[in-house]
Amino acid sequence: MVDEETTQASSSSGAASRTADPKRVSTAPKTKKRLPTSTGPFVALIALCIVLTFMSPSFFSLTNMFNIGQQVAILAVIAIGGTAVIVLGGIDLSVGSILALAGAVVGYLHIMLGVNIWLAVLAAALLGAAAGVVNGLMIVYGRLPAFIATLAMMSIARGLALVILEGKPLSGYPDSFRNLAVYYVGGWLPSSLIIAVLLFLVAAAYFRWKPSGRALFAVGANYEVARLSGLPVSKLTVGVYATAGLLAGIGGILMTARLGSAQPTAGMGIELDVIAAVVIGGASLAGGYGSIAGTAVGVMIIGVLRNGLNLNNVSSFWQQVIIGIVIAAAVLVENIRQRREAKS
Amino acid sequence: MSAMTANAGGATEAGLEVSGITKVFPGTRALDAVDLHVQYGRAVALIGENGAGKSTLMNVLSGVHKADSGVMHLDGKVYKPAGPREAADAGVVLIHQELSLLPNLTVAENIFIGRQPQKRGLVDRTAMNSQAAVILERVGLNIAPDIEVERCSVPVQQLVEIAKALSQDPKILVFDEPTASLGQDEVDILYELVNRLKQHGVGIVWITHRLDEIRHVADEIVVLRDGVRVGGWEDSHVSTSQMVEAMVGRSIEDIYPDPSEPTGEIILELKSLSRDGAFENINFSLHRGEILVIAGLVGAGRSELVNAITGAAPATSGTIEIKGKAVSVKSPGDSVRFGMALIPEDRRTQGLAQSITLADNIGLPKRGLLKGIVDNRSLAREVATVKERVGLRGHLDQLAKTLSGGNQQKGVIAKWLLLEPEIIIFDEPTKGIDVGAKSAIYAIIHELATRGAAVIIVSSELPEVLGLANRIVVLSRGKQTGILERSEASENAVMALAVA
Repeated sequence: MVDEETTQASSSSGAASRTADPKRVSTAPKTKKRLPTSTGPFVALIALCIVLTFMSPSFFSLTNMFNIGQQVAILAVIAIGGTAVIVLGGIDLSVGSILALAGAVVGYLHIMLGVNIWLAVLAAALLGAAAGVVNGLMIVYGRLPAFIATLAMMSIARGLALVILEGKPLSGYPDSFRNLAVYYVGGWLPSSLIIAVLLFLVAAAYFRWKPSGRALFAVGANYEVARLSGLPVSKLTVGVYATAGLLAGIGGILMTARLGSAQPTAGMGIELDVIAAVVIGGASLAGGYGSIAGTAVGVMIIGVLRNGLNLNNVSSFWQQVIIGIVIAAAVLVENIRQRREAKS
Repeated sequence: MSAMTANAGGATEAGLEVSGITKVFPGTRALDAVDLHVQYGRAVALIGENGAGKSTLMNVLSGVHKADSGVMHLDGKVYKPAGPREAADAGVVLIHQELSLLPNLTVAENIFIGRQPQKRGLVDRTAMNSQAAVILERVGLNIAPDIEVERCSVPVQQLVEIAKALSQDPKILVFDEPTASLGQDEVDILYELVNRLKQHGVGIVWITHRLDEIRHVADEIVVLRDGVRVGGWEDSHVSTSQMVEAMVGRSIEDIYPDPSEPTGEIILELKSLSRDGAFENINFSLHRGEILVIAGLVGAGRSELVNAITGAAPATSGTIEIKGKAVSVKSPGDSVRFGMALIPEDRRTQGLAQSITLADNIGLPKRGLLKGIVDNRSLAREVATVKERVGLRGHLDQLAKTLSGGNQQKGVIAKWLLLEPEIIIFDEPTKGIDVGAKSAIYAIIHELATRGAAVIIVSSELPEVLGLANRIVVLSRGKQTGILERSEASENAVMALAVA
């Protein structure tokens, strides 16, 4: 066994004269701390807010800020799962459909079967997690590419939601449930925003401090190296997709609470917003890179854009064009910034 | 752990005892009843050509591969690891040839991957960083442990890899080509480190192609050839040519053809050729009929240089002159028009398209140049002729991926021969190819030069460099450090310039 040795030992070897200095210094790389990859997008967010404030003074008010927060809360919750999946090097196209399915289950259980609303909520959340587990199993043991597995689930979950709701919205929820999403604490702080922020904080802590959180980055960088280093790659993969499913389920519950009805078309296309938010935030679709803070910035950019453009009466068709351009621009600017930083 | 010495010829309980290991892969017997005994406190140098089985043996030792037969004992007990983690737990740690670090994680996180110090279930970053700092010091690295690995240079990464291995307190430590990416300073640190480890009773296996390193670290030498242990020495003071002969199985003279005879006509000339970040100020000329070898260590910029000459990654300044006229080579298409051909380093991803047939591959460049409606039959005839010319064994309608390495290489050569290039550049032409195919390829190269082509070869294998070249251009860290004539070339001369 090798034990700690003093630096004395190295200088006594007498081989080359270079060893006169016992503490050999090898090439030290630049120790300047790199800015986080969410820097560029964050600057873009600030710039966007400034521009929108000029265009419409009512933009920059506390009420409106919280408004935006409430509007993106659901996207934010789901994007947490999306971040974990993308950092792992995977992708999840089924989150929108799982959202709809969870909402449908709450509606069906409570309104059609008379089940206690909170039990229905629990069931819906667990079902979301279960759908995620199925995704994970297809990917790990079925060896389906993540794209295909989650594409299949996207179709299956959406189909099940349509079946359960018989293609029609389902309304009639108690106020206590609806308050999950429409209540304002103290009259001004949206409850859904609180839920989103809390989940974000937990996720951030998990990514930074939990060994399995750090392991996601390892797996995303190089699956094989991670596996050979003894990391439980299969468990991690299934766990990540299960979490994404669970969070999508929570998103569906919040959505139903917010709208007051379970819609079969709920969440359509939200998976692309999730991917956009996560990538704007600095994640790489190849895996290994990304951050919760970055995703938060990405979600806010999308929210700010939609809200600001609405305030300026921009048609929703043009909104889509603009949002697309902003997404590309945000990632482009960040790429350029990183290349410049690497050169220096 | 006290160092134990073996009595000559007798088996001891201490150390790692490998007996009769056989490993078969489809189409090849990678290891055939190999024995190896690694004693504590001693270093065994394991040498052999590419494909001899060294890496396979190491993968069996670390549990990445399961042997098909044979048995291993560690300290007298059966040793059968399920994977590198179990091997490390038992005390056998492998330091890979290809870096197995995660670029996006920090140095400390990489060192402790999968076994970070924890406090109440959360990663204890402070403890991890301070423990990492201690280990980094032992390998002579003065870097912050919380730096992302991708920001470190390759030599630093190699030392981090070594630090990672040391942090697992190994009984047996296997180094697989550890100095491939290190400068001389770092290599000296490594020799010191290995000798200290031996003093502390660690058993070392040192795999290397750099035969001159062996006397610095090894106490004995084991030679593998084509999966078989063909011999060795109980002492490391053995001449390079003896080692090469054992590795290769025949005397060096037989493998290489007689040198070609260059004419005086200058076909290609490089003047102050540079590419930012890759190489600078390269100057040499190439004659018709000449075989010019570009030698140097990994990372010296040789592949980048030939990629610049053939337009795959163009130079940023300087001139290329073909037959006296300056030319602009900005794309591979340009280089083809000027009569150049590049046989790339990685034949599977850059040489042949694996999922199409051999015939389609060989005909590919020529087909790209034909205008109008292609006469498939005449093309097919030409393809068949050139296939014979290179001695390719295989059917023309075989998929490229089913061919052996040697035959794939011949296929790549064949496809360029159809265009009758005047300048042919080979980047590591015999990497990973067995001895038989190697000499066939040398013969082809020789034939090309004799028939009037000008040949450039990039090679990392010193015997090959010395055996083939009329002249040797040596690169070190992107700079041209010297040009040697065949008569003045020797291993030492080349290595001295390569590490300058």
